[in-house]
Amino acid sequence: MNKTELKKQANEIRKGIVTAVHSAKSGHPGGSLSAADIYTYLYFEEMNIDPKDPKNADRDRFVLSKGHTAPGLYSTLAHRGFFPVEDLTTLRHTGSYLQGHPDMKHIPGVDMSSGSLGQGVSAAVGMAIGAKLSGADYRVYTLVGDGEIQEGQIWEAAMLAGFRKLDNLVVIVDNNNLQIDGPITEVNSPYPIDRKFEAFNFHVINIDGNDFDQIDAAFKEARATKGMPTAIIAKTVKGKGVSFMENQVGWHGAAPNDEQYAVAMKDLEKAGEA
Amino acid sequence: MAEKKKIATRESYGNALAELGKEHEDLVVLDADLAAATKTGVFKKAFPERHIDCGIAECNMIGVAAGLSTTGKVPFASSFAMFAAGRAFEQVRNSVGYPKLNVKIGATHAGISVGEDGASHQCNEDIALMRTIPGMVVINPSDDVEAKAAVKAAYEHQGPVYLRFGRLAVPVINDQADYHFELGKGVVLREGKDVAIIATGLPVANCLEAAEKLAEEGIEAKVINIHTIKPLDEELVVAAAKATGKVVTVEEHSIIGGLGSAVCDVLCEQAPTKVLKIGINDTFGESGPAVELVKKYGLDAESIYTKVKAFL
Repeated sequence: MNKTELKKQANEIRKGIVTAVHSAKSGHPGGSLSAADIYTYLYFEEMNIDPKDPKNADRDRFVLSKGHTAPGLYSTLAHRGFFPVEDLTTLRHTGSYLQGHPDMKHIPGVDMSSGSLGQGVSAAVGMAIGAKLSGADYRVYTLVGDGEIQEGQIWEAAMLAGFRKLDNLVVIVDNNNLQIDGPITEVNSPYPIDRKFEAFNFHVINIDGNDFDQIDAAFKEARATKGMPTAIIAKTVKGKGVSFMENQVGWHGAAPNDEQYAVAMKDLEKAGEA
Repeated sequence: MAEKKKIATRESYGNALAELGKEHEDLVVLDADLAAATKTGVFKKAFPERHIDCGIAECNMIGVAAGLSTTGKVPFASSFAMFAAGRAFEQVRNSVGYPKLNVKIGATHAGISVGEDGASHQCNEDIALMRTIPGMVVINPSDDVEAKAAVKAAYEHQGPVYLRFGRLAVPVINDQADYHFELGKGVVLREGKDVAIIATGLPVANCLEAAEKLAEEGIEAKVINIHTIKPLDEELVVAAAKATGKVVTVEEHSIIGGLGSAVCDVLCEQAPTKVLKIGINDTFGESGPAVELVKKYGLDAESIYTKVKAFL
């Protein structure tokens, strides 16, 4: 996909996110929207995956460590053909397979159950070690939140990844600067994030995570990096694409009402025409 | 009675892994800087490339095991019970239990028989924690023979398994030619009509000795060894309760949430019976030689004999 196609695809994924959360009357739009461009790039450009064969042993893997942004992952998987886009409106409904947080047992394309913050990088490290042990060449990607990296287990996993030189692993930090209690700099600042990962023997790339040129360059650089894992620190805008949600901490975990939903969809329609 | 050979079940764990590792290329072992103590060192020596030391980071180790299992490996994550079931409880619950991944947890140094290290390392809560996780199989073998069979059964079982091992050498009691281990099946070690002693792990041998003492006084105790606490052999437990009318449970674990509670859960619904729970009485342990602690906390043959007699 070229940059224009990726942008259009990301916009459709954003519509799916807003629609799913509106339908669920709960969920996490802010961090789903901030990472929508990264999701789009991973599933439409970067990863070797097949929606018709979601369990293929040689596929690339993705672990959504910041599992509360499941609407972002689900919308991406649906638009990529893993399950019907219409099902997004069943998110969080009783009996739906689209659980509030990723459930690998029931959702095609979900490689790891997650949601309890801090645990996804460990699972991704396990997958990357599994590839090395088997001599397989699949790659493993994991997306963490910038608030999430306050969890100590993230650094336990990072230490092992760096030590074992897992160059088939890419950790992406969705650096949207907001967490539930406020800006990360006011709650418990994890900065400098890049130097922390460098200290854990990662190759670190800082990018604008809502810019496809920079996203593209970063993943290519990660792929070319040998002998160490890569961390992509992606500066993003929380709520990206929906005017009244952008950079608003209140939209971390709240659903739009009907009126707000209409405004959000109008914003995204307009962006799609641009 | 001739002196029986004694082996700690943690030794059995390491030896069984080294043995199984020869046949199964997909078996990998993880440790958190305790390979020398969990006895997985034998496996590490034989298959260094399949041994992953995660350093002192048990929560990460459980997550790494979860990830490995999704790639088709069969990971045995090893640490002390305190850290595997205690510290990493939520990782076991969410990263292993919820997705029902094929991860085996080898937890050594369970119970007060850790000895001199004291209360901080004596985990008397792990069975309670692990058996609340849906789909988790919980095994607490009583000797070397059973422990080795349990490791093999855990490997063959598809899904999460918690294996509980001890630090202290315990007598080999299952070295019969016709010994057969079946997941979820209790074993009647001694027949008796007056009381059913249902035990697990380290004190099983002591229960047999206590039953002999009781027999000298004309009290016939049925002794059942429950190696699999979950799924529990409900049929056997209910039948024993109905046949004897009195049940005593014995475990090297808190009387809250362990085998005693599991047995009571079943009996209160299916065959209400008076039950005496022998175990660690809602208290922390302490430092001391393991054998002395087993006695002090009432899990030796003499203490069991005295308590059962008083109960009848």
